[in-house]
Amino acid sequence: MAADPTAAVTPPPPPSLPPALSYLRFLRAALVRSFSGSWRFYAWMTILTAIALVGLNAWGHQLNQGMQVTALSDHVSWGLYIANFTFGVGLAAGAVMMVIPAYLYDDHEMHDVVIIGELLAIAAIVVCIGFIIVDMGRPDRLWHIIPGIGRFHWPVSMLTWDVLVLNGYLLINLHIAGYLMYQRYLGKKPRKGWYLPFVFLSIGWAISIHTVTAFLYQGLGGRPFWNSALLAPRFLATAFISGPAFVIVLLHVVRWTGRLTFGDGPIRTLTSIMRVTVLLNLFMLGSELFTALYTGGSHATAIEYLFFGSHGKHALVPYMWTAVALNVTSAVLLYLPRTRTDHRLLLAACGAAFVGIYLEKGMGLIVPGFVPSTLHELVEYTPSVTEWKVTAGIWALGLLVLTVALKVGLAMWTGRVNVRTD
Amino acid sequence: MSGPNRRVALKVVGATLGAGAFAYAGRPVAQWAANLDLDEVLTRHYKELTPEDLAQILRRLEAETQETYGVDVRIEDIPPQDGVSFGYALNLSLCIGCRKCVEACHQENNHDRRTNNSYIRVLEMEQGSFDMEKGTVDYDHTVPAPGKYYMPVQCQQCDDAPCVTVCPVEATWKEKDGIVVVDYNWCIGCRYCEAACPYHARRFNWRAPEIPADEINPDQGYLSNRIRPQGVVEKCTFCLHRTRKGLLPACLEACPTGSRVFGTLLDPKSDIRWVLEHKRVYVLKEELGTRPRFFYFFDK
Repeated sequence: MAADPTAAVTPPPPPSLPPALSYLRFLRAALVRSFSGSWRFYAWMTILTAIALVGLNAWGHQLNQGMQVTALSDHVSWGLYIANFTFGVGLAAGAVMMVIPAYLYDDHEMHDVVIIGELLAIAAIVVCIGFIIVDMGRPDRLWHIIPGIGRFHWPVSMLTWDVLVLNGYLLINLHIAGYLMYQRYLGKKPRKGWYLPFVFLSIGWAISIHTVTAFLYQGLGGRPFWNSALLAPRFLATAFISGPAFVIVLLHVVRWTGRLTFGDGPIRTLTSIMRVTVLLNLFMLGSELFTALYTGGSHATAIEYLFFGSHGKHALVPYMWTAVALNVTSAVLLYLPRTRTDHRLLLAACGAAFVGIYLEKGMGLIVPGFVPSTLHELVEYTPSVTEWKVTAGIWALGLLVLTVALKVGLAMWTGRVNVRTD
Repeated sequence: MSGPNRRVALKVVGATLGAGAFAYAGRPVAQWAANLDLDEVLTRHYKELTPEDLAQILRRLEAETQETYGVDVRIEDIPPQDGVSFGYALNLSLCIGCRKCVEACHQENNHDRRTNNSYIRVLEMEQGSFDMEKGTVDYDHTVPAPGKYYMPVQCQQCDDAPCVTVCPVEATWKEKDGIVVVDYNWCIGCRYCEAACPYHARRFNWRAPEIPADEINPDQGYLSNRIRPQGVVEKCTFCLHRTRKGLLPACLEACPTGSRVFGTLLDPKSDIRWVLEHKRVYVLKEELGTRPRFFYFFDK
């Protein structure tokens, strides 16, 4: 990377500490910066911690009383938790839309901010793992799924593939971000051999996490709503909407905090990506609607229920039309010429896209897989208060991780914190 | 109070409040962790247990049932018999939709009383249609109703069972006599099998089952009708605690019309073989390739 942004910042000769000792100092520096900051930082962290604790408390009640405290049933056996898990995987995969331009297309401006995408991927995977754990009836038996210790039903069960790719993605990104931060902290130039292979691995891996997650549902013959070859492509398209949308907002926040200075290039690139993916997603949605509604018959029941209600039951209809309205709005906004210059419009487009995909992937994808049930019973689902509390708690935890990761990560990335200042 | 002192005081108050919030919020989780039984958490998979391990677990489960439900029960591990492969058939011309089988299953298999759970659902179908879309399970009138026929659905004990395929921890598998079982002490409660099953055959224990002591069936199997723990999946086992001892499934014994035929497919003289050879039988959702062991047929 010839245009390494910080190469010009601090080229002090690295002090000769034994590696173990300097790594401990690095960890200490990270820890200190995780817990110190302005009053704004404390206020933000306090709010997030409070929400996370509400979630922890609600989960505790769920553990003791059983999952009867959710609104789930034998008919709709997955709901808000798995919906959020799926959305979270998309967010993690979407972060790769920074990595691809930075490393594959040699976009130097994107390279300056690419660490944000890698840190976002880490926080998103933490969220995903959280949602899987709270969805388990017996989290005390989590060890059963550890390869070599439990009984890992690999390669037959798609869920074991998901365990591998998600944890693998977490480790890859921890390594890349951790290594780059550590080298910057030491004031050394990162050695390509130590991170570039992993960067390229992470690109393929990012695609795999969302493909495998789609295959979880797509491979079930008993659920016609999911059993479509279009599911994985749609998962990827939506991931590449919600991911860039979140990153664009995040870049504005980072710029506002003044922790990193960068041009508008990365934002322009991400906007261009979204312009393609929002239309792609709407096109695929139209294709699905056409297939179901034009053909008709009982295979269309789930889609009819989702968009129009069925047998007097309409629980999902408002969610779905809101999602469609938001997705169309974001598409229109993204193509408005003014959006190129007016960042408020761009942020509105990103907000609409993010919420639109959240609703579409959440209530609009997981729940209708179960309605009607396999014996064609129409049992509806509306999440319980406990489920919302736990869900809010996990997202708060994710934001805590992201905040700390960005705060520490950017301080080291820019060389503001290094082994000499410490 | 001077600046630094006030700051210190604020920090102390903040830290105290924070610690209090953590302790309060975390209490239910701590309570759950404290109630965990280490022996149970570390129980190995059914297939990895030695006979001694298993005997010890059975006695422990019996003691726990006595403690929790106040009943002496006998929990056995009943292995499949050699040369036996079970099949089930149901005569839709005879079934009148009385739901006696549903009730018998409820009692035999120690189902939760509050949810009125059962492994069998009976669909009231329209004459001349196989479309479940037009069927209903919550009919509430005198049966049989004119223009209707009745189709009980339970686990089809598929030879290519999607539920077994998807389980990430091998907590469910097919035994050599064709019955798909669940190790309730190994299931992690992810409910992927429930999503995968095309026949709505699986149930999850959304809470610990509640059964009055005098209604508990004390003859229990480790892999079948013992009272299930909270947070795991369960299913129909063709009453293996009965059928592996030569008895008939509870749903069959309860049927007043003789619609149900059960037996081993390997015995040419069995009733089930007679049905398969002389009736035009079909299976549910054959197009999914699950290869059920549960057959339906009409007499007329």
